[in-house]
This record gives sequence, structure tokens and C-alpha cells, in this order.
Amino acid sequence: MGDMNTQMADRYKNNFLKEIEEQAEMGEWVKMCMQCGLCSGSCPTNFQAGWDHPPQEIFMMIRAGKRDEVLASNSMWMCTSCYNCYVRCPRKVPVTHVMHGIAEYAYRIGRSPKNQPTQHLSKTFWDNCTKYGRVNEVKLTQTLYFKDGIGSGIKKAMEMQSVAMGLVKSGRLNLMEAVGGGHKCKDLKGIHAMLTKAKELEAQRKAAKATPAG
Amino acid sequence: MARKEYAFYPGCSSQKGASASNYLVSVESMCKTLDIKMTEIPDWNCCGASVSYAEAGELPRHVMNARNFALAETNLPGQTIVATCAACWLGARESKERLEHNSGLMADTQTALKEAGLQIKVIPEVRHMVEVLIEDLGYDELKKPVKKPLDGMKFAGYVGCQTNRPFGISGESFENPMYLDKLIETVGGEAVKYDQKVTCCGGALAFSEPEKAQGQIKDIIEAAYDGGAEMIVTPCPLCQANVEVYQGQINKRYGTKFDIPVLYYSQLMTLAYGGSAKEAGINGNVVRARKLEEFAAK
Repeated sequence: MGDMNTQMADRYKNNFLKEIEEQAEMGEWVKMCMQCGLCSGSCPTNFQAGWDHPPQEIFMMIRAGKRDEVLASNSMWMCTSCYNCYVRCPRKVPVTHVMHGIAEYAYRIGRSPKNQPTQHLSKTFWDNCTKYGRVNEVKLTQTLYFKDGIGSGIKKAMEMQSVAMGLVKSGRLNLMEAVGGGHKCKDLKGIHAMLTKAKELEAQRKAAKATPAG
Repeated sequence: MARKEYAFYPGCSSQKGASASNYLVSVESMCKTLDIKMTEIPDWNCCGASVSYAEAGELPRHVMNARNFALAETNLPGQTIVATCAACWLGARESKERLEHNSGLMADTQTALKEAGLQIKVIPEVRHMVEVLIEDLGYDELKKPVKKPLDGMKFAGYVGCQTNRPFGISGESFENPMYLDKLIETVGGEAVKYDQKVTCCGGALAFSEPEKAQGQIKDIIEAAYDGGAEMIVTPCPLCQANVEVYQGQINKRYGTKFDIPVLYYSQLMTLAYGGSAKEAGINGNVVRARKLEEFAAK
């Protein structure tokens, strides 16, 4: 793949705003932000002191060309998709989608933070639901627990044992899904062919959007 | 012929043995009483949910929803798609909106769909079960079959995020939607006032960042107790699971003594319509709703 990050940095030189506008989904909205901070005050994760920068700060940093700081930030990965910012923004910026878009772009070019748990969940979830067309909840949980190795996986599974047992007892967790008894779509071949094509077209579309180098 | 007919999109969590399987049981009972026919979209697939954004990218996500549109249009022509899950509804509606407003995205979607032998002519309407109840039937019609009103029971109507934002239910405010309270009152219960009605449960972060999500869940449950609620009611499978199943862990972490049942609106309606505990799926609740179990047995 070469180094996607270097390629993009070279292509856009010092115009990071343009890079986000062209490459990140909904990135064209960044310039609409008027720095009121309503998004930040509305974010549930704001109360947990979990992020590097609130959304409006990220937007200003993009305009200021702080490429490395933005792409490596954990802020976008804190999004719970609650859409509070989205419905409250006085400039109608779809903040939720912009944050997802920046996160996806940072991840795509390999500049997002390593071992970020929600980033890992995003990949795990998508791989899980596209493999059989439907989510396999048991396998999803297993993959999440054991992402940091067997030891920590067993520890996490033990901590969650009472939660899992409650679900099993009430008929809401089918352990047979772990051994192939999960739900599946019939036309898996069609789904996989369709997604392969979609990925290919997406790559073409993003490349066509980019301005020629030099 | 049934009074109303829809193309049903149950979603992954509603399947047998999955985390919201009891939601589906109660929806089926409720629809039977209300004479609503829900025909499952043949071979429907996952919507991708919200959290897949980073791995999925844009087009693959919309293509997943587009496949369901094409299947519904082909197999159940003229029928509106109805989802019971908030994320399915949101994901599908979002894709519908984007595809209808972006011809390039739509053209690429058609090209991808062709690989699965499918195509879209007109994307069907996509609605949430609650919209159907309120808009197509109305509170008066929903009240008619009530045989056993839930008199004297106090519920915190927990609307949460994705049945409320960004689309929401027509005519409702984002900050204080009233439809769930009205549904509770329609079946004879009391909807308590509390201040975390539309607070986020943490969504998918309950899996990836449990401490953060559980902090939010704690606030929601605490407010429900403070409002005098005996039980919590919600229209969303992830809200239900998150607020219900981590109560033990939250108690350990914060020294609280939470033990509050979390139900679906469809469970209350089924019981008020005279349905059994099994028909209402309350045997599928992890925090047992003992008061409702006794009520159902009467």
C-alpha cells in the first residue's frame, strides 16, 4: 500500500482543511463551525474527561493545519452516536457524522491512535456482521474480550460472567452461536461480491476527489 | 386481510437466542392483538449499526442497507419497511436519505447491488414500530384492546438517543419527547418525571469503554429511582440491554443497590392487552419484573 499518510500529506501540502473536505466523509462541513461549543457541552462523554479535544476544538485545529494532532487524537473515537450535537448545532453541522468521517479517514491512512478500544470494536463489529450477513453476538463478545491476549480475555470473561449468565438464563445469549449455530443470511456469496465491489468503487471515488499532486 | 401490513426488518438483536429476542416475542403478541401483519423481509441483513463507521467506510455501509431496500421492494412491493430496533431504523433511514440526495452514491450502490443480482427502483419508506403505532393507529386505537390497565404502576419512560435523534418521532421535541409517556399512560401506567429521559446509555461504548458507559447508565437509573419509578421502559434494544444487564457491575463499582427492571413498551402493551408473561417475553428479563409477573398471573 505504500505509506498512505505520506502520500496524502504530500498531495495536500499545507492545506489540511482541504484534505479533510475532500477525503473525510462530511468533511466539507468543518468550515461551517462558528466555535460556539454547543456540541461539546452536549456530548455525554464530555462529563467523563475522556477525550483530548472537544469537537469544536478539533474543527479549529483542522483549519489551523494541526494535521498530526487531529489525526492522532482520541476525541472522535469517544463518540457514542447519541446525536445530541447533531440536533443542537445552530449551524446545522452534522457533527456526529463529521466526527465519524474524520475518525474513518485517520484510520484509513494509518494515523489513528493504536489500540483504541472503540476503533477495535468498529472493525470487529463490521467483520462480524458482514461475514454471515448478521451479527453473531457470542463471537463478537469473544473477539472483544480476547483482543489483548488469552490471560486478559479470561479475566474479562470472568468479570462479565454474571452478566453473561443472566442473559443465558433468560434465553438472550445462545452459546451455540460460538460453534457455528449462529444466524446467517442465505445469499452470502451475493453479499460478499456486493461488498467487494462497493469497497472498490469507494476507493475510486475517494481517489477521483483528490486534487492532482504538484 | 389484516388492518395494516408492513415489511418487517427485525434486526440482528431480535433473532432467536439473541439479546433482544424477548422484544420480538412481545412485538409479535402486540401486533397480533392490533391486527398488524408484519412480514419479514426475506434474507434481510445487518444494517451495520453506528459503530462500524471506521471499518465500513461510506459506500459499503449504504450498500448493506440498500440490499434490504431492494429485497423489500422486490418481495413485498408497496410495503413500508418497519424496524423495531432504533439502530436499524436510524441506519436504514440515513442510507435512504443519503442515496436519495446523492445520485453518484446511488449509481455506485446500484453497481454494487448488481453483484448480488439486485436493484433499487424506489426506496421504500423506513419507519420505526413506534411511529406505526402512533401515526397509523393512534393512542385511541391502542387503548381500545386494553383489558387489564397497569393501574398504580410507575414507569420511567427512557427514550434514549436513536429513536429520538436525529430523526425522532414527528411532532416530538428532541429534548423532552412525550410519546413514550403517552404510551405508558395509554395502557394505564403512570409515567414519572425524571431528568435523564433522553440521556445516552453509552451505546456501543458499553462494550469498548465499559467504565464510561456505566457512568452514564448509573446516572439514568439513579434519576429513574429519584423520580419514583418502579420500572424503566424503552423503545430501543441497546438502551434496554445496557441499562438492564450491567446493574450488578455498577453496584460493585459505585456501591449502589440497583435492581430495577427494564422493559419494552411492547411488553407493557402485551400485558395490558391480557397477554401472558410468556407472550410478553418478561421471562426474558434479566432483572426480573416481579410485579409484572404477578400481574400477568392474575
